Amino acid sequence: MTEYAHYGVGAPVIDAKAPDGPIAERWDRRRFDAKLVNPANRRKHTVIVVGTGLAGGAAGATLAEQGYHVVQFCYQDSPRRAHSIAAQGGINAAKNYRNDGDSIHRLFYDTVKGGDFRARESNVHRLAQVSVEIIDQCVAQGVPFAREYGGLLDTRSFGGVQVSRTFYARGQTGQQLLLGAYQALTRQIAAGSVEMHPRTEMLDLIVIDGRARGIVARDLVTGEVSSYFADAVVLASGGYGNVFYLSTNAKNSNATAAWRAHRRGAYFANPCFTQIHPTCIPRSGDHQSKLTLMSESLRNDGRIWVPKAKGDTRPAARIPEDERDYYLERIYPAFGNLVPRDIASRAAKNVCDEGRGVGPGGQGVYLDFADAIARMGRKAVEEKYGNLFEMYERITAENPYEVPMRIYPAIHYTMGGLWVDYDLQTTVPGLFAIGEANFSDHGANRLGASALMQGLADGYFVLPATINDYLARHPHEPVDPGHPAVTEAVTDVTTRLRRLLDNDGDRTPDSFHRELGELLWDECGMARTDSGLRKALGRIPSLREEFWRRIKVPGTGEQLNQSLEKANRIVDYLELAELMCLDALHRTESCGGHFREESATPEGEAARKDEEFSYAAAWEFTGTGTAPVLHKEDLHFEYVHPTQRSYA
Amino acid sequence: MALATRTERPPSLIGTVWHSTVGKKAVMAVTGLIMLAYLVAHMMGNLKVFFGAGEFNHYGHWIRTVGEPFLHREWFLWAARVALSASVVLHGVAAFQLSRLDRAARPEKYRRKRHRASYATRTMRWGGVILALFIVWHILDLTTLTVNPNAQQGRPYENLVASFDRPAVTAFYIVAMLALGLHIRHGFWSAAQTLGANSARRDRALKFVANALAALLTCGFLAPPLGVLTGVVS
Amino acid sequence: MNLTLRIWRQTGPDSAGAMTTYEVTGISPDMSFLEMLDHLNEELILAGDEPVAFDHDCREGICGACGMVINGQAHGPERTTTCQLHMRHFEDGDTVDVEPWRASAFPVVKDLVVDRSAFDRIIGAGGYVSVPTGAAPDAHATPVPKPVADLAFEHAECIGCGACVAACPNGSAMLFTSAKVVHLNVLPQGAPERESRVLDMVGAMDDQSFGGCTNTGECATACPKGIPLSSIATMNREYLRATLKGGARR
Repeated sequence: MTEYAHYGVGAPVIDAKAPDGPIAERWDRRRFDAKLVNPANRRKHTVIVVGTGLAGGAAGATLAEQGYHVVQFCYQDSPRRAHSIAAQGGINAAKNYRNDGDSIHRLFYDTVKGGDFRARESNVHRLAQVSVEIIDQCVAQGVPFAREYGGLLDTRSFGGVQVSRTFYARGQTGQQLLLGAYQALTRQIAAGSVEMHPRTEMLDLIVIDGRARGIVARDLVTGEVSSYFADAVVLASGGYGNVFYLSTNAKNSNATAAWRAHRRGAYFANPCFTQIHPTCIPRSGDHQSKLTLMSESLRNDGRIWVPKAKGDTRPAARIPEDERDYYLERIYPAFGNLVPRDIASRAAKNVCDEGRGVGPGGQGVYLDFADAIARMGRKAVEEKYGNLFEMYERITAENPYEVPMRIYPAIHYTMGGLWVDYDLQTTVPGLFAIGEANFSDHGANRLGASALMQGLADGYFVLPATINDYLARHPHEPVDPGHPAVTEAVTDVTTRLRRLLDNDGDRTPDSFHRELGELLWDECGMARTDSGLRKALGRIPSLREEFWRRIKVPGTGEQLNQSLEKANRIVDYLELAELMCLDALHRTESCGGHFREESATPEGEAARKDEEFSYAAAWEFTGTGTAPVLHKEDLHFEYVHPTQRSYA
Repeated sequence: MALATRTERPPSLIGTVWHSTVGKKAVMAVTGLIMLAYLVAHMMGNLKVFFGAGEFNHYGHWIRTVGEPFLHREWFLWAARVALSASVVLHGVAAFQLSRLDRAARPEKYRRKRHRASYATRTMRWGGVILALFIVWHILDLTTLTVNPNAQQGRPYENLVASFDRPAVTAFYIVAMLALGLHIRHGFWSAAQTLGANSARRDRALKFVANALAALLTCGFLAPPLGVLTGVVS
Repeated sequence: MNLTLRIWRQTGPDSAGAMTTYEVTGISPDMSFLEMLDHLNEELILAGDEPVAFDHDCREGICGACGMVINGQAHGPERTTTCQLHMRHFEDGDTVDVEPWRASAFPVVKDLVVDRSAFDRIIGAGGYVSVPTGAAPDAHATPVPKPVADLAFEHAECIGCGACVAACPNGSAMLFTSAKVVHLNVLPQGAPERESRVLDMVGAMDDQSFGGCTNTGECATACPKGIPLSSIATMNREYLRATLKGGARR
């Protein structure tokens, strides 16, 4: 096997900022112990924020409101377009407006359990505490949440929890929350407190004397590569789901900012923890450029099935009832079509692998509403799911009222990310990571409607409280633009871009991205095996070598060059993918979004190994293609005691 | 250190309105509605032509004596003339300034353009120009009588008949009235929209009223020349 | 299917552009319009040409990044965003014209990419509620009647794609501006800044070389999110109300 698989194990990584004491008091205690920056001195501090999604937008606005000088970046043409905008379902908060037994402790409990006991209790409890304030903040900003006739906020239950704590704005909750944060940010931009750089992409981190002091970024319109300096750098650059090429992420969402930070010393934690969403619209052919999610709520009334026979190509209507396999109802009679995301996803993969999948390429299963229409009437189905059915029809040209929908799982969210302590600071002092970019709160699996909660919690409330401590504790001498570390970072970036442009190859960036994505999807997707992961680990270095030999990037670097942007991101994916496979290989348990076929119960369900793997795996970069060093952060559960999941 | 004198005055209401596109449109809407109200009265007056020279000329005389003895002779008429002239000028200047801005905002045309807006909407500018030219001619013809072949003060009926005995004049008049109909059709609804009186619920009703007004005024104004043409009025 | 595409190519903001013809073959009816352009771009790259630049991101019709004028219609023949337009709405052998949004306020950056930052400046002038983080009362402190919340939502759906400006013969941003004004002005949370918001946003809009509104309604027919034309009437009312109340820009 490759050398890469022989990783070293370093000293455990310890969260030095985590307060102790009763869990409900820890956040207060940390906030009290943290040093503050005198309001008059705040404008002297510059903070760089990369990304303008829920976490970044909220953080930029809040830091500027506090008086800091914020310099913010996004690759989109406007901060309003960050991919948080596409979140559909809702946002959880322990408001207990329903009086249905919800509480901060219950949200904390559900999140730790949902994360399959791979998240830090302190962080999750704080998240649940802060969730309450988020809703207040967003309502005050004018976010038009769904309301009831009495004028109060409506909530619904989501993701298999037993309380109704999800606030929503039709199917566009992410859009409405993001626009709230964007508007707050824009107010600060207009006031001159935030210096906004749209269409500017971070390509490297500047670390001086062991501390993050700035970034190197490329103006995507002029191609100019510049360095920006600050007293602290905040990465809010999102997740890395696009490493799979096909995902529900936006086309330009990427891992470069986080991966460059990793290369500069920030540990990357649990990269194999990715979430696969069971109800996406299947791909229609090789041209497919991205996947579209449909709300999970469809599984409440739709029945999932495939033909019993392999290679049955008859239209759905011609397959008689007794030749259909309602496999979720058959295997999991208690939960049926409502089994958790990972189980539904894996079951769909299994039936498709057996050759019983439907639609183009056999990569799909039916989600049938015929029974629901017969039972509730077409009108009721229309009221409940009308907009989803429309969206499905627009994309597939099939009418789901008449023919069953086809669905297939797709990469949706990444729980892994940069390792951060309780203060959301990475292992590089002065470098913070918030939102999906960090690994902190969801463990091995994220509950529905919790991503928005975490992004906004980090951005509005957590980071603005913890970053003070760092800024107050250190003197921040101005950065010398001629410092060797600055020159080195700039040279690294320009050399790499030059190399991409100068290579006279014969393959497009997308062709490499697709190939890498397919490899990862097959070997590090819904179910992983030792042999598959080793195969991927063998293939990635040769793909990387082929990339540098055959990549073709037209145009110049001194202009808007979207091929160059793509190719440059793929360079990082080719390294990240390797770490994901290694992380998956080393974790020989099944856990949350990570299912290892060798670690299953006799019934074929995921078997967690708490004695061996109750830790977060934080990886230290040692060089491209050379084995990284594993630093374990042991997890302790004082309040929620690990139990094995069972849905049979 | 001397105290800084506050030189900036808060902008005046008129200034704010005139210097914004929304405000200027409101000026166009209000002046347009003033002219529209006038046109309704004007059209009703015109229709008296069908009741003979006596009644029509009496009406022409009455306009000059409205408000007597409280008002002096022709005061009402002149007040109306001033208000209407101001409306025409404001409406025209605002339209001209906004059109220049609009053209500057879209300097390049699409290679292939599919119009979704109605004909009336797309002809507002040229229709407006035709109407402006018409107003000038119309005043010279039937108010100052400068270009009227009959040109008898106090004999509007005879002047009118004489004017419409010229086919070219009648043709121009008909074109102008069709332009007027189209202008009102979009203009009335547009004024409601500009003044914020429109809403999703009222939209259809407003469009209906706009169409009705356009049809009524066009027909009403076309009746006298057609009457002359067909010999009903002579 | 095969298509003849005539696409606006322009190398940079200051260079002249021109329509360039491409024959594209092997198009699947299930492709989205952007996937069809991806398909063309792959071929262009391999042929050593520069691919067509266009803005896009989420490809599910919500981020508002994509947008091009297809056969004279913003976002093309269907009422949706370009990323959600599928090739099955075209016929084999069609000639399709593809142009960028055209408006003085949206200068072309490259090919089909335009600069829409003027929209951000309009929002920055007042398209927000001034509530610093942490200053909010409990979410249930102010009930909002459901019809009001629904009205606000209907206007808050705007994705800022710019199709309204592109479709307007005057390059006017009235629909975009009014959507945000109405969203915030109808809510009790937006009430304290009701007058200054509309005056400032209309002022900022006028400052950005957008044209005025001639009520052609082209914007609302092009809007992929169905922002209603009545939104503009409401903004006009808010503006006149604020002016008559003696409000002033901040």
